[in-house]
Amino acid sequence: MAATPAPLPGAHQRRGFFGRIGQGIFDWIADLGDLVIDWVVAFVSIATFSLRTFSWLTTRLPRRETLLPNFYNIGVLSLPVVALTGTFIGMVLAVQSYSQFRIFNLETRLGAVINLSLVRELGPVLAATMLAGRVGGAMAAELGTMRVTEQIDALASMGANPIHYLVVPRFLGCLVLIPTLTIMADFMGVFGGAFYSIVMLGIDSHHYWENSRRVVGSFDLFSGVFKSLFFGAAIALTSCHRGFYCDPGAEGVGRAATGAFVHSFVAILVIDLILGIFLDSLYYTLWPDARPFAG
Amino acid sequence: MSRAELNHADSTKPLMEARGLCVTFGRQPVLRDLSLSIPRGQTVAVIGESGCGKTVMLKAIIGLVRPTRGQVLFDGRDLGRLGDRELTRTRIRFGFLFQAAALFDSMSVGQNVGFPLRQHTSKSNDEIHELVIARLIEVGLSEQVIHKKPAELSGGMRKRVGLARALALNPEIMLYDEPTTGLDPIMSDVINELIIRTRERYPVTSIVVTHDMRTAQKVADRVVMLYPLPRIAEDESQVIFDGTPAEIDTAADARVSQFVNGEAGERLMELRAETA
Repeated sequence: MAATPAPLPGAHQRRGFFGRIGQGIFDWIADLGDLVIDWVVAFVSIATFSLRTFSWLTTRLPRRETLLPNFYNIGVLSLPVVALTGTFIGMVLAVQSYSQFRIFNLETRLGAVINLSLVRELGPVLAATMLAGRVGGAMAAELGTMRVTEQIDALASMGANPIHYLVVPRFLGCLVLIPTLTIMADFMGVFGGAFYSIVMLGIDSHHYWENSRRVVGSFDLFSGVFKSLFFGAAIALTSCHRGFYCDPGAEGVGRAATGAFVHSFVAILVIDLILGIFLDSLYYTLWPDARPFAG
Repeated sequence: MSRAELNHADSTKPLMEARGLCVTFGRQPVLRDLSLSIPRGQTVAVIGESGCGKTVMLKAIIGLVRPTRGQVLFDGRDLGRLGDRELTRTRIRFGFLFQAAALFDSMSVGQNVGFPLRQHTSKSNDEIHELVIARLIEVGLSEQVIHKKPAELSGGMRKRVGLARALALNPEIMLYDEPTTGLDPIMSDVINELIIRTRERYPVTSIVVTHDMRTAQKVADRVVMLYPLPRIAEDESQVIFDGTPAEIDTAADARVSQFVNGEAGERLMELRAETA
């Protein structure tokens, strides 16, 4: 004879249909409350971390020997990957747009679309994404390992403030060098788009560049570079924060590195939207008669 | 000034004092109402089984862990009331030897030992180089290790480099976190000897956190034993012994003698309950 299964703990306290629904709603509200508390704690933590970074930034700059290796790592070593990505995105834009533009015999307008997209959006966002992937993850992993192996505590115990010594140089590196990476991504994207359009698709180069010149203005270049400053700051603060408060063990370091990229990328997209709206309003406030794609 | 004179002159004024120290991580209390006063020049060994809060206490003393409640007074100043910058400046007066040495793995041995000197003095590179070599020789290491990376060193060498780095700025108080853990008995004795020599050479106050009774007996003037919070009564102090190394051998408390003699006692019953 089959054995009767043991009753589950608490099974004798049977609830009615409405009791179970009530309990479900109660659990859901409790979970939501936990989630909101976690978000608030995380927000306060990163805000405090950012304020401490700004406070050290405005009072004492790091030494040259601390700054230069970070600048080299963030700027020089990121150049090839940013340049390569920019070139290919320029070419891909040409490939994807050509067939649509050809239907309306507007191939010569390709330059305007490719270059405007690159300078205003794709250049800064791509440079920032590459920086978040290449540098953000590495920064979080490096600081996380330092946290786990007590190297951050050792720094503090020797009277060196870890925020000043570890975070400020990385923050400055991202802030100062991301505009140059953005300009490199823009330049290589424009080059890639032009190469594919003119050499491979045979579009007339004079009209290609003339249409670009009429549409892409210095404000577009400015808005891309301006946005990149915020992207750089967000990548540095998010990644350093994740590493700085990394959970113990190898798993904690891994989660910090992944989290640094994911959170940086989300921050880039949110900042891009907010600044995009702001810069558009600014543009039409400064030049109310301007029309998009005039000419 | 000799150690005896130092002890006498400053016996009334503690260099470091913990008053009602409480540390809680999340919902888990680690230290509860811990009070400890350490006079200038004294070497105190803090013993106790793993998880009793020894390292947390050490980190709270230097301000690396913020107490949930209570105060840590260093030279009469409450560390909890100091801002970021003031706390950073005060820490220059501390030396900390971490359990795994916590050497900066991106730097060479020379850069590690010279780090505090570069941060807090205006000495030239040549002067720093000379001082680094002197410190390395003091801890029994040769000049050849100066260019090596921490990953190339053995555990004992790493501890000695960590000690040389901690002593670089002539600290007033040295904190040792499990200085002999993970080392063979001979290297453990070398580290013990270095702690004693450091104390003889400099007028330094030392707190040695250890669960190695040989270290406690050899280096300390005073032994303090902590007991894990989950296993003591609500109103009982976490410090279950505070006396000289000679007194600990004759302590009446069974928990103390069990630890000193390395006997599991009733903990074996837990093991049997788990395996049953």
